[in-house]
Amino acid sequence: MYNKATEIIEQTKKENCRISDIVLKNECKLEEASEQQIRDRIRKVLRVMQEASESAVKKETTSISGLIGGNAVKADKYRAAGNTVCGDTVNKAMARAISSSEVNASMGRIAAMPTAGSNGIVPAAIITAAEKLGLGEEDMIDALLTASGVGQIIKKNATLSGAEGGCQAECGAAAAMAAAAIVEMYGGTPEMAFHAAAIALKSVLGLVCDPVAGLVDVPCSKRNASGVVNAMASADMALAGITSVIPFDEVVDAMYKIGKVMPAALKETALGGLAATPTGQAIKCRLAGNNPVTNH
Amino acid sequence: MSNFSIMEIMGPVMIGPSSSHTAGAEKLGKAAGSMVGSEFDEALFYLHGSFSATYIGHGTNKALVAGILGMEPDDERLRDSLLIAEEKGIKVEFIEADLGEVHPNTVKIVLKYKGKTLLTIMGSSIGGGNIMINEIDGCSLEISGKYPVVIVKHRDVRGMVSRITGILAQSGVNIATLKVSRESKGEIATTIIETDNESPENTAAEILKIENVISVKKIAAIK
Repeated sequence: MYNKATEIIEQTKKENCRISDIVLKNECKLEEASEQQIRDRIRKVLRVMQEASESAVKKETTSISGLIGGNAVKADKYRAAGNTVCGDTVNKAMARAISSSEVNASMGRIAAMPTAGSNGIVPAAIITAAEKLGLGEEDMIDALLTASGVGQIIKKNATLSGAEGGCQAECGAAAAMAAAAIVEMYGGTPEMAFHAAAIALKSVLGLVCDPVAGLVDVPCSKRNASGVVNAMASADMALAGITSVIPFDEVVDAMYKIGKVMPAALKETALGGLAATPTGQAIKCRLAGNNPVTNH
Repeated sequence: MSNFSIMEIMGPVMIGPSSSHTAGAEKLGKAAGSMVGSEFDEALFYLHGSFSATYIGHGTNKALVAGILGMEPDDERLRDSLLIAEEKGIKVEFIEADLGEVHPNTVKIVLKYKGKTLLTIMGSSIGGGNIMINEIDGCSLEISGKYPVVIVKHRDVRGMVSRITGILAQSGVNIATLKVSRESKGEIATTIIETDNESPENTAAEILKIENVISVKKIAAIK
């Protein structure tokens, strides 16, 4: 068992292994299951993630409210044309993250990671890194183990709920989880993985949850795209040997404290931030007009 | 700090867009559908707070109906559940309501057959797809749906709890939680028991044989 990043790092040193090995071992013990059983459980989730990160790239997908849609197709077409600002890898990852969030908003099947609203970030990061490195399913399962281990530490010491901690607790946590997973996939050390996670989370500390009309559409979908880019940039920094001055565990504590003092209007209540802008309010009124009225 | 599975981070696998407004709503519907235990042709959903404000956009209505039809949270037919209910001849209605001092994501579900109410249940979606059932047929309780439940209505007389739990013990069922309440002394009392394992099929009939027992309702654990 582990509660802190420092404990996981210590265990990886003692056993000369990776973060994913420690997380897998803990899960086997906790669930009284074999490594194969756990890997098979994750495999099922991975396949749902793969499907969701592809389907809205292939086919235009619109949210139930009609607020968002078709952006994954646009992102991938633009990438394929070859003249992007960020390059092929980053644009592929963005298209995948948008795809998963469009599938989610259209009432398609997704796997929460760690939440439904932030579900696109980790899969996009892992699938894109695996593609670049020529890695297979077992490696992606390892990466999901590492990401989940980071998620467990955030959940144990802070929160993964937008209603409790704002978007930093959802898309921020997902970016941290993804960053650590990418570092491990690229052969970085457990310390590097947690530096990447710390850098990713630090970059979005204070990020509020301000969904327009209370829906998982705007700005959630694009925050999934920027979340995966944050994860990739943080992983690159850590792999370059750049360290986070504030250790991961302390960043998590800071995130939680920031979430606590964040006004309720900015924690998933759709009363502040983008939800309270004139455009956000107009959208809310327009959608409310679509609700059938019942008299009782 | 307690140890918990990575599946609480990775998952649930579900139909979007919201674990609390969609997956949780589906589970609440499923709780009602599995509790009623007989055919129904009408379902009323009283939506409170955030459920009433955003139910169309979150597909809460479709999720609730998918739930009462017994679908799993990751069943893609969830999107078409309103049509499926119509095909099955089940009339559904959504009513925006103030259910009082309850969680913002709360719904009261009434299932009827030929105009007669079979079941009234109120529950909340409390985050991450987890639910809490607060009321069944006017009886206040707090159950997660993770365990099977036995609800016994009986006269408020001595020894009822021991007789009821005796039958459960004989059936090899271990009790997780137990709550007894009554309308007033000597009147109708309700015993609510959460059990670790599902009780055998004849348990309800056996409990019903006890003198002074009025009704027995068994509720399966919700997956």
